Amino acid sequence: MAASGSGMFIRCEVDEPAASDAAIAKQLASVCPVDIYADDSGRVRIVDSNLDECILCGLCLEVGPAGAVRVLKLYDGGRLLERPAAAGA
Amino acid sequence: MRFYEFEAKTLLGMSGVPVSKGGTALTADDAARIAGEVGGDVVLKSQVLSGGRMKAGGIKFASAAEEARTAAEQILALEIGGQRPRCVLVESKQPVKKEYYAGVIYDALAKLPVAIFSDLGGIDIEQVAETHPGHVARVHFSTFSPFPEFKMKELVASLGISGGELNALTRIMSQLAQAFLRYGLTLAEINPLAQLDDGSIIALDSHLDMEEEARDGQAALLARLGIGREETRLARPPTPFEIRGAEVDASDHRGVAGRVVEFDGTLGCVIGAGGGSLTIFDAIRKFGGDPANYCEIGGNPSVKKAAELTKLILSKPGVGKICVIMNVVSNTRVDIVARGVVKGVIEAGYDPAEKIAIFRIPGSWEDEGFKILEKYGVEYCDRSVPMSEAARRAVEKMRKAKGEPEVVA
Amino acid sequence: MSILIDERTTFIIQGITGREAVSMTRECLDYGSKLVGGVTPGRGGRGVHGVPVYDTVKEITSQQRVDGSVLTVPPAFVRDAAFEAIENGIKLLVIVTERIPRGEVAQVCEHARMHGARLIGPNCLGLISPGKSKMGGIGGAAVKRAYTPGHIGVMSRSGGMTTEISNTLTAAGFGQSTAVSIGGDAIIGSTYAELMPLFEADPETEAIVIYSEPGGPMEAQLAEYVRATKSRLPVVAFMAGKFMDAMPGMRFGHAGTIVEGRADTAAEKIARMQDAGISVAEAIQDIPEIVRSRLNGKGA
Repeated sequence: MAASGSGMFIRCEVDEPAASDAAIAKQLASVCPVDIYADDSGRVRIVDSNLDECILCGLCLEVGPAGAVRVLKLYDGGRLLERPAAAGA
Repeated sequence: MRFYEFEAKTLLGMSGVPVSKGGTALTADDAARIAGEVGGDVVLKSQVLSGGRMKAGGIKFASAAEEARTAAEQILALEIGGQRPRCVLVESKQPVKKEYYAGVIYDALAKLPVAIFSDLGGIDIEQVAETHPGHVARVHFSTFSPFPEFKMKELVASLGISGGELNALTRIMSQLAQAFLRYGLTLAEINPLAQLDDGSIIALDSHLDMEEEARDGQAALLARLGIGREETRLARPPTPFEIRGAEVDASDHRGVAGRVVEFDGTLGCVIGAGGGSLTIFDAIRKFGGDPANYCEIGGNPSVKKAAELTKLILSKPGVGKICVIMNVVSNTRVDIVARGVVKGVIEAGYDPAEKIAIFRIPGSWEDEGFKILEKYGVEYCDRSVPMSEAARRAVEKMRKAKGEPEVVA
Repeated sequence: MSILIDERTTFIIQGITGREAVSMTRECLDYGSKLVGGVTPGRGGRGVHGVPVYDTVKEITSQQRVDGSVLTVPPAFVRDAAFEAIENGIKLLVIVTERIPRGEVAQVCEHARMHGARLIGPNCLGLISPGKSKMGGIGGAAVKRAYTPGHIGVMSRSGGMTTEISNTLTAAGFGQSTAVSIGGDAIIGSTYAELMPLFEADPETEAIVIYSEPGGPMEAQLAEYVRATKSRLPVVAFMAGKFMDAMPGMRFGHAGTIVEGRADTAAEKIARMQDAGISVAEAIQDIPEIVRSRLNGKGA
């Protein structure tokens, strides 16, 4: 079952089979600077309370097969975060 | 952070400076008991963090335990400068022959500590320096060990003091200066430093200040004196609103969203950082705004922290709108602050478009931030709008919301 | 020209692996600064955006010329890190860290003086000579929008306001020779008056803009400097924190803003500066126009 979660501003989605891949779960948990992803006994779990802390760094997008991990900006019509983070000043 | 006189005297005593015999009392009965133990004439002093105690009736003399009880009752019931006394200090009353002043501060231009000595003690040293400059001597000294005691000797001797008095005063000046360095103080004053009829020299009153920055390094001393983290020791005690602000700031180590100071007004302020907040606050007042609070957002606070601060400000009775203004930001992210503020407003049950009078934070990640504000219909502006203009617009919106006529500042 | 740093200035970052230092490293490199190394004890052998990390300053200074160091280590480690830089011959220290006890700042100042090193900060965002080099986080990633090369020297007790003011100058067509965030603490390594002779000696600098605050004797010292030296440079000041005059003993803003004497309120400072011929702007957006009129010789 895919992992996903929505905050007020950010939604994260991880498709199967990536979401139940132990290596990916471990990597996502270690790479995210604001702890949006947790490694739940080898499965990816989205920590809902941290979703809105996302700093759009895009590091999670580099984990797993292309497109399996998605970050959506809910304040921008659900636009997908690209890698590397295209925004900035 | 200012120390109470009784704390200052404990610290001086630990450093070898002679102080009067006595103790602190929380009740009139305790005061009477201490007076009895001390014996003879006593002085009772209200323990508040402000000057002018004598004038306000916070210092009384007594010659017997019963008299001390009555005096302590009056002192403990007396508010001075809006402060209730922490306790009353009961000390043996000393026959004074002469009063000196001893002080140590940092000289921000020389970037060194400076010891100050005067043979006209008992009055404000700035006043003595103006009216009797020849009676004030100063000497800078190194912050490195070993401590140059000879400089304190030269300091005292420069006012024409010699004999046993010179040696006693040199020793006390040195002890004071070393306590200043050792305990991370920013002000160490003994005033008056009194010579008694018997020739001995003791500290009759003392004012010591420690800066916030030194508190972590002085945790052992503060624990020994029983001073907790929550004691800010500013000009007035923190209000419950300010204490909650400090809790929000401490809840998360990321960035700063705190240093909240409560005011009476209706315009909530989510502003930053150190210099920007001063500039914005001045502008709000200049345009006739009535701020509900001062605060500082800086570093890179988490969304949660910015949201909690926003909710706290909105929870204050009378707050109609908030303004969110900062200088052009370098490391704080516009989008993170925007998310936090919008989230805080929504979680408090309001519409961001209505509650946020203006959002003016230009700088890093502003494009993302402005998208958020657009989605929620919040009025925002970029760096082409000066900070003071943003403040003016906020004040104007607040005024219109209250149905007051427009004022040209 | 510029003061303190230019395109040839080499420097290191002490505490380079910290969260904020990593972004600072990226920004300095992107700006073209000659950032030649970093130090974090125990992390030697790694790299941050291609900048080699060492365990000691000596490992870098023994290999190459190092003009400066940016210190962004936690408060408890600043004094020792500063001593390490100074004793390894580095002559320009920029201390970014805030919340360092005053006594330790005094010790670093004393040590720097003994070794002929200059200190900027603490509690600052660094400095920039636009188009040449920036040392520290000043201006952030969008630094080029706020800072442009030009002839105004900027000095500010607030890091953020250094950028706000420079941005206002840039928008009005005034670039900067060097902008220095001098730091918000009660004791700082270089005061306005101590940096003035450098701007004075820089033929490119034509005017000075400062951001000032209540607390401390630095503005009075600058006023005295301007009066005594009859400086060729017109000085325009902005004074924040006027509201604090009515609230003595309360702490707002930087550690250095606490009013400790009679001479360091906002009102008193404004009067002193004006007496010395320094123009005091009522609002940030008024600064460019005052600079323009001062440069045209219209007086204070």
